[in-house]
Amino acid sequence: MSLRTDQHRDASATGPPDQPGPIPGTGRAAKASASHAGRAPRSLVPVAAIAVAFLVLPLVGLLQRAPWSDLGSVLRAPAVGDALRLSVVTASASTVACLVLGLPLAWVLARSPFPGRRVVRALVTLPMVLPPVVGGAALLFSLGRRSPLGMVLENAFGITLPFTTTGAILAQTFVAMPFLVITVEGALRTGDRRLEEAATTLGARRWTVLLRVTLPQVAPSVLAGAVLAWARALGEFGATITFAGNLQGRTQTLPLAVYEVLQNDPGAAVVLSLVLVVVSLTVLIALRDRWTPTA
Amino acid sequence: MIDHPFAGQVCRVALIVPLLIGLGTGCASDGDDQPSGTYRREGVTGSITVFAAASLTDSFTELGTAFEEANPESTVAFSFGPSSALVTQITEGAPADVIATASTTNMKDLVDADALGGDPTEFATNVLQLAVPPDNPGDIDALDDLADEDLIVALCNEEVPCGKFAREALDKAGVEPSIDSNEEDVRALLTKIEAGEVDVGVVYRTDVEAAGDAVEGIEIPDDQNVTATYPIAVTGEADNAEGARALVDFVLSEDGRAALTEAGFGSP
Repeated sequence: MSLRTDQHRDASATGPPDQPGPIPGTGRAAKASASHAGRAPRSLVPVAAIAVAFLVLPLVGLLQRAPWSDLGSVLRAPAVGDALRLSVVTASASTVACLVLGLPLAWVLARSPFPGRRVVRALVTLPMVLPPVVGGAALLFSLGRRSPLGMVLENAFGITLPFTTTGAILAQTFVAMPFLVITVEGALRTGDRRLEEAATTLGARRWTVLLRVTLPQVAPSVLAGAVLAWARALGEFGATITFAGNLQGRTQTLPLAVYEVLQNDPGAAVVLSLVLVVVSLTVLIALRDRWTPTA
Repeated sequence: MIDHPFAGQVCRVALIVPLLIGLGTGCASDGDDQPSGTYRREGVTGSITVFAAASLTDSFTELGTAFEEANPESTVAFSFGPSSALVTQITEGAPADVIATASTTNMKDLVDADALGGDPTEFATNVLQLAVPPDNPGDIDALDDLADEDLIVALCNEEVPCGKFAREALDKAGVEPSIDSNEEDVRALLTKIEAGEVDVGVVYRTDVEAAGDAVEGIEIPDDQNVTATYPIAVTGEADNAEGARALVDFVLSEDGRAALTEAGFGSP
């Protein structure tokens, strides 16, 4: 049985080009090119340099417009502290939600063939292409006070989600979870299965294999997926403002604060954006080194 | 610096008014075969980019269509949004030919930044109303109700004209509102009231008109209300200054006025 599903998996792994970049050890081909082919052809370097410039130049634009002399006063504004705290808290909470819900989903998608799996896979990654504003509106129509589900939540449990911090976390989870799911699913689908098979042959139960063999194997991808999800949640704007609204201390995350301030004080907005950049870069650099141990 | 060579040469035909009203009631226009000389201006060609306050969305879209029908060689492209954001975009070099804001304060920022191609002209006024979902689930009847913590209360962002005016009105009424959300512009706020997610918001009278049966409007007494004055101007960096001036003249014309009155705007 395991041999048959293995073949199926390999066939489908070469199919959809929906794999995100930072998956370590994606497939045998990737592994082979990493160990044998060595450096990239020289002619690629200028193109890569253009890509770097394209991605980094806007950042330089921000730095150049930053009102360095007002830095202290902008950062001391209470709205900034509130927004930063709220952003870190909601992004972290939604990352936890992504892990709790997204890991089992990734596992099922990767390892349990069922009819319609391709459709389910497409559906759950849809929030990646859906404009976040539309996602927010969809959440409002499905979980808002006037929706059937929202009415049940309000009447039975007294819970309303729009305009609450929980709502902001939900909005972020909605847009961020696909990043975790496809990262982990990719690793599970294409990873080396021989260790698992060995463990099974030696009599380990499914849960034991999952926790002691598979999970450690895909741990770097789980971390990568979680960081991607966290970063996506941290920068989330459209779904949050549409579903959760915009109130300082409750739902006004840093991106929302930037948008508000940008309208009459672009300098202050630049400072807030730089805060977001510094926080994200710190996390990305710190974790990046962990998930690429040979770097 | 820039003259108005066409100023005053406004050719009006009474036909445009029924045309606008027809568009306003949502009739599909079968305009392709129609003669299009109703508001023709020689030499007006190309694309005219108009940045306009969110509260002008419906009336300006109508006016733009009428202008295009009269001047088939030109197209009018709109960017609607919060006045404050539009002003920032223009000072940062966004390619707008015409700017219309919901507040003279925002326009003054552009005057101060030397970003206009002529003096702004006031063309409409608006007043605030309370907007509630149909059948008023929060049982709202006056500004005082916005202090109720059990209700979901939303205003426009403080930086946006409708948010600034709403706070002025609340100040006048001596009400400390219990706000649940500051929405990015008046249309975003209106959408959430229509969806029934917000119990009450402060919007413009014209927004309540435009929403039809989707929201109920509740008048705010004159002594608590605030009047918004809308100025319009050609921008200093307009790529299509000629078209921009023709469009501004059209908005200021009797036909433009008629369409704005129809939408619920007052005269300045």
